[in-house]
Amino acid sequence: MTLAEKILAAHSGRRKVNPGEFLNVEVDLILANDVMTPLAVKGLQRLGVGKLFEPKKVVIVPDHFCPNKDIRSAEAAKLTRQFAKEQGLVYFEVGRMGIEHVLLPEQGLALPGQVIVGADSHTCTYGALGAFATGMGSTDIAVAMATGEIWMKVPPTIKFVYHGKLPEWVGGKDLILYAIGGIGVDGALYSVMEFAGEAIAELTMDGRFTMANMAVEAGAKAGIFSVDDKTKEYVATHGNESYSTYQPDGNAEYANVIEYDVSEIEPQVAFPYLPSNVKSVSQAGEVKLDQVVIGGCTNGRLDDLRVAARLLQGKQIHSETRCIIIPGSQQVYLEALREGLIETFIEAGAAVSTPTCGPCCGGHMGVLAAGERCLSTTNRNFVGRMGSPQSEVYLASPAVAAASAILGRIASPEEVI
Amino acid sequence: MRLKGNAHKYGSDVNTDVIIPARYLNVSDLDELTKHCMEDIDGEFVSRVRPGDFIVATTNFGCGSSREQAPLVIKHCGIACVIASSFARIFFRNAINIGLPVLQSTEAAEATEAGDELEVELTTGEIVNVTKSRKFYAKPYPEFMLEITKKGGLIEYTKERLRAKKP
Repeated sequence: MTLAEKILAAHSGRRKVNPGEFLNVEVDLILANDVMTPLAVKGLQRLGVGKLFEPKKVVIVPDHFCPNKDIRSAEAAKLTRQFAKEQGLVYFEVGRMGIEHVLLPEQGLALPGQVIVGADSHTCTYGALGAFATGMGSTDIAVAMATGEIWMKVPPTIKFVYHGKLPEWVGGKDLILYAIGGIGVDGALYSVMEFAGEAIAELTMDGRFTMANMAVEAGAKAGIFSVDDKTKEYVATHGNESYSTYQPDGNAEYANVIEYDVSEIEPQVAFPYLPSNVKSVSQAGEVKLDQVVIGGCTNGRLDDLRVAARLLQGKQIHSETRCIIIPGSQQVYLEALREGLIETFIEAGAAVSTPTCGPCCGGHMGVLAAGERCLSTTNRNFVGRMGSPQSEVYLASPAVAAASAILGRIASPEEVI
Repeated sequence: MRLKGNAHKYGSDVNTDVIIPARYLNVSDLDELTKHCMEDIDGEFVSRVRPGDFIVATTNFGCGSSREQAPLVIKHCGIACVIASSFARIFFRNAINIGLPVLQSTEAAEATEAGDELEVELTTGEIVNVTKSRKFYAKPYPEFMLEITKKGGLIEYTKERLRAKKP
């Protein structure tokens, strides 16, 4: 069995599972945020379930339109908060919250070997820890909250093997964009993307979170990594919970195996309006930028901010470009502050914000006007994603984002070093 | 029941951000939310759509976010069924869960043009393009999903399971 199949078998009382089978799977952790919780509450009301199956397995993070961006968002956040309190759920208030997919691993809540479901498509991020994690809608989440179980079809697994040594300035974002560029936004539809190879072993946990985060942009149900010493060290640093680990069998059956030599990969940029519309940064041409965003559930972690600070140190953001930097959690913010990264950003002329999903989905904190162009370290560049349907979003790594913010156009990190 | 209506045709990768832009997700009133269905790629959609019409699209319909508001607004504006070459997995689940019929047929999706008159039989998956005098069959649902749709969605299905569990 593949890694995903092992975890699903262990959570459904089976010795073996096969792709295509329907299972009732026990879930270890359930997640919802301020925009999806209200609909899940309606689902629970329709179900007639008053008490949730295990309140401490349900985590609520108000991160999308919080701190509240307007009265309607405030009402949704209020309803979400009340629900969490009444049910005794794990809840992170503004001031303690972060972007959900940065926060849960950091708080030691998401762990290897778990089945995690969340009312957010980027729930797949926790695959970096060797968990089977997938996004669902509010009704599915309501049922999971009520029963502790959810139905799943066992997905086939596609293995992505990254060989070779990573060139400087090439990281997890580039590896996943490169893969999506190759297979397309439905290249892994209904499948699991299992990441392996010596370049993956070298990648930091933060780089792995970035890759797992974008599995859904290839249509995947989950993205997953085997647990290694780096995973164990990360989990040990972020909590003391016990957990189970699984490894794929040597004779596991894969729907496909795709191999890359990373030494040939340059920093990547996804052009509008699909994450698969990828070019190497050297092929980007002259693309002037009105805004650069560094943050999000894809690239709002400490490693990401360190890379950006390395490039922004002693430099200035271009006079015609706005640069907005959003640490993914209070902990990331605090550590960035202690390391002097925040000072570097502010001296360079960047705006630094409290954690929020804000600009990524066109909510607040950096919405685009018609005709504006933004390069962002987030995960989607669909029409209207960050504001006006006449605006454009380009996706790239924190390194490319920082270099581009300095030059006011899409730029390679090499150009500013 | 035989569904009859006209097709609203789209291409590939129609994502949930264009079905219902995230900037409106602070709106809880479904009537109001539905006014913005498809507005970023087809500003006329909401005024053009008639109850019983179909959305027809090619590959990967509903990709992107997990927002259940996407199938909800499509259903609420009167669309009887979405026909596509393929669906993104979360959208497909959400549609089944909330009772929006979705049918998968590459042939029907590719042959249908905007405005074509269609007739659809959900129980058999038969899709007739009346305008083009052609008939297609959608990929049948797996038995397990058929059971959810028969019960009227995931909530009803789960209610029954919970009742059965009680001593």
